[in-house]
Amino acid sequence: MTAITEPGRHRPGFLHVLRHWLGPRPTAQFALLFAAIGLFWWFGANTLETMARAGINPGFDFLNRSANFEIGETMIPYSSADPYSRAILVGLLNTIKVAILGCVLATVLGVSLGVARLSGNLLLSGLVRWYIEIIRNTPLLLQLFFWSALTKALPAPRQAISVGDNAFLSNRGIFVPGIIVDNASTAGWIALLVLTILAIATFVGLTRTANLTFWRGTGVIAALVIATALAFALTGATARFEIPALGGFNIRGGYNLSPEFAALLIGLTVKFSAAIAEIVRAGIQSVDRGQWEAARALGLHNGQIMRLIVLPQALRVITPLITTSYLDLTKDSSLAVAIGYPDLVNVINTTANTTGQALEALAILIGVYLALNLSVSAMMNQYNRRVALRGTVQR
Amino acid sequence: MTVPAVNLPPPKPQDWRHWRQGLFGTPLNTFITLATLAFLAWVVPPFVRWAILDATWIGTADDCKAATGACWAFVTAKFNFILYSFYPPALHWRPMIAVVLLLGLLVFTAQPRFWRKETLLLWIAVPVISWLLLAGTVIGPTVPSNQWGGLPITLLVAIVCFSLAIPLAMLLALARQSSMGGIRTMSVVYIEVMRGTPMVAILYIAMLILPMMLPGGQLIDKIGRAMILITLFWSAYVAEVIRAGLQAIPAGQYEAARALGLGYWRIMRLVILPQALRLVIPAMVNLAIGFLLATSLLAVIGVFDLLNAAKTAAVDPNWLGFYDESYLVAATIYFVICIIGSRYSLWLERYLRQPR
Repeated sequence: MTAITEPGRHRPGFLHVLRHWLGPRPTAQFALLFAAIGLFWWFGANTLETMARAGINPGFDFLNRSANFEIGETMIPYSSADPYSRAILVGLLNTIKVAILGCVLATVLGVSLGVARLSGNLLLSGLVRWYIEIIRNTPLLLQLFFWSALTKALPAPRQAISVGDNAFLSNRGIFVPGIIVDNASTAGWIALLVLTILAIATFVGLTRTANLTFWRGTGVIAALVIATALAFALTGATARFEIPALGGFNIRGGYNLSPEFAALLIGLTVKFSAAIAEIVRAGIQSVDRGQWEAARALGLHNGQIMRLIVLPQALRVITPLITTSYLDLTKDSSLAVAIGYPDLVNVINTTANTTGQALEALAILIGVYLALNLSVSAMMNQYNRRVALRGTVQR
Repeated sequence: MTVPAVNLPPPKPQDWRHWRQGLFGTPLNTFITLATLAFLAWVVPPFVRWAILDATWIGTADDCKAATGACWAFVTAKFNFILYSFYPPALHWRPMIAVVLLLGLLVFTAQPRFWRKETLLLWIAVPVISWLLLAGTVIGPTVPSNQWGGLPITLLVAIVCFSLAIPLAMLLALARQSSMGGIRTMSVVYIEVMRGTPMVAILYIAMLILPMMLPGGQLIDKIGRAMILITLFWSAYVAEVIRAGLQAIPAGQYEAARALGLGYWRIMRLVILPQALRLVIPAMVNLAIGFLLATSLLAVIGVFDLLNAAKTAAVDPNWLGFYDESYLVAATIYFVICIIGSRYSLWLERYLRQPR
């Protein structure tokens, strides 16, 4: 009797997997790869030669040299004596600031517009339709130029346009009420970061087990707020709520959004609210009418149908598209350079011009944006795999 | 029991009923209508006053400064500058013909009955003729490319870069679908790097790095350098759209073509790509609209495209500071082109869905 070998016990070896991955014509593929490397090598050699001729030392040593230029607005302390690396960090933080605020505001405005567009009211939905058409069919940069001209044409602080005496619009910027934290220590900020991550983890955990209800969600947020306040209080920080007021020739108190920042934020918000409104509309309309009718037959009222039946299905369409919009918004915040807001691109541009190290500076720029994009799209794919319809073909 | 099939269109409310229902159907709806009207009453009259009632239609900059409304006299005076930027005024007929040729190319190609191989020749001929016309190579005097600007540059960059990006994108999309891992990886890396980078950074590379990378790179002018990199950049986006088309073709098509004994390239050229491209034409039109708007970023590196020309028109010492009017003109031009494009794309989607 012959020995029976059991099939399927041994997993294919590493080499086999590699060969399968590589597919046909390995030599041609390696040749192409080497050709690509060779091309970049040639580019690199040329660049080095040009830099040598211009007397520029290739490498990232310039990051430690003093930057010698001022930056209009910074989130962390910065002076012109600080090194380039810190200037770039300031630019990055400014980019992150405008991107996060832009995403939040564009979502709020976009969802409202999307709902208004779907409302049965002919006048309102027609108006929103025209808004969306106009915003979508003109360049973002043109809109930014317009908002920039508008914020600079505002009256001087003494004649500032007051919004209910709580907020002021002037050519020195927009002043809004806000919570000011004094004496915040690094420990407090770290505590905030840790607590936020914990809260997000709790949210994710709750959605995984389908235990996320309205009250539990609110509870998590409340716990986060209280814990943060405690953490700041324990580290000796004080917080107060400030309303801006006119004093002398300027406006004091609250948050001051510089004209450039305000123009960029308004421009990004308006442009992407139109995109998000369309996404929300497409998402909600993608849910079959039969779902509404079936839910109504079960005796649910409109609000319940929306929350329990339609939105969970619409989110499947909405989420990947809206993430793309967020990434586009972050990339498009680079247009800040055209209206003078010191974002990452602006600082990198100044760095490239003052040091001549354009290659290194742009490498940093592309590296940062790439890391941001790839990490978000990796998370997105993970999420998509979870919410996608079961049984559909994944390609 | 069978119900006899009745083929009646769904009942349509009469026009005025449709409007009454849509505006005052429920108390909430009535409230929304009134609130929207109030909003319009707040926004529209000041705009009408600015744009029409208080506007200065003819006159000089001083007349405009005296009035509180819009300065349309500025637009009359600077309209040619907004359209053609610093191109020598005596030779304005050249960019004008270029614009007519380029727009004519778009209108011609938009009609499905002209979708033939011969049209491809036009796509080579028209941009080349426009370029020669702007440069004045054949009929002098020559005009250096740093004096070109306005609408012809916007159209030329959009059309040339988009049409050059398509063949490149086809190769990238096929490579991304390939069974050869090495090729697939190279394509994925290229596409993701390009799509992860802002266009401004790409333009800076064209400005700062490209001259260093190529021996004699300084010899290529700014617009040429920008166009090379924009083509490479857009090809990644076009490749993703084409990939979506490739994915929508059922595997049976490929298998059937193979069973007939066709090789890879003939399968792609004769069977897969014609079907895949047909599917993605509307998406491509939408992408092209986005690209046309994106050419405005050329302003960042100091190319005088339509937007930059409009901005520069308002810093003319004689007509200083009429930004709103200038941007409004540029916005209208962009808007008209793009809205026609997006309506066309909707029509095309319906047209292509018809069974033949």
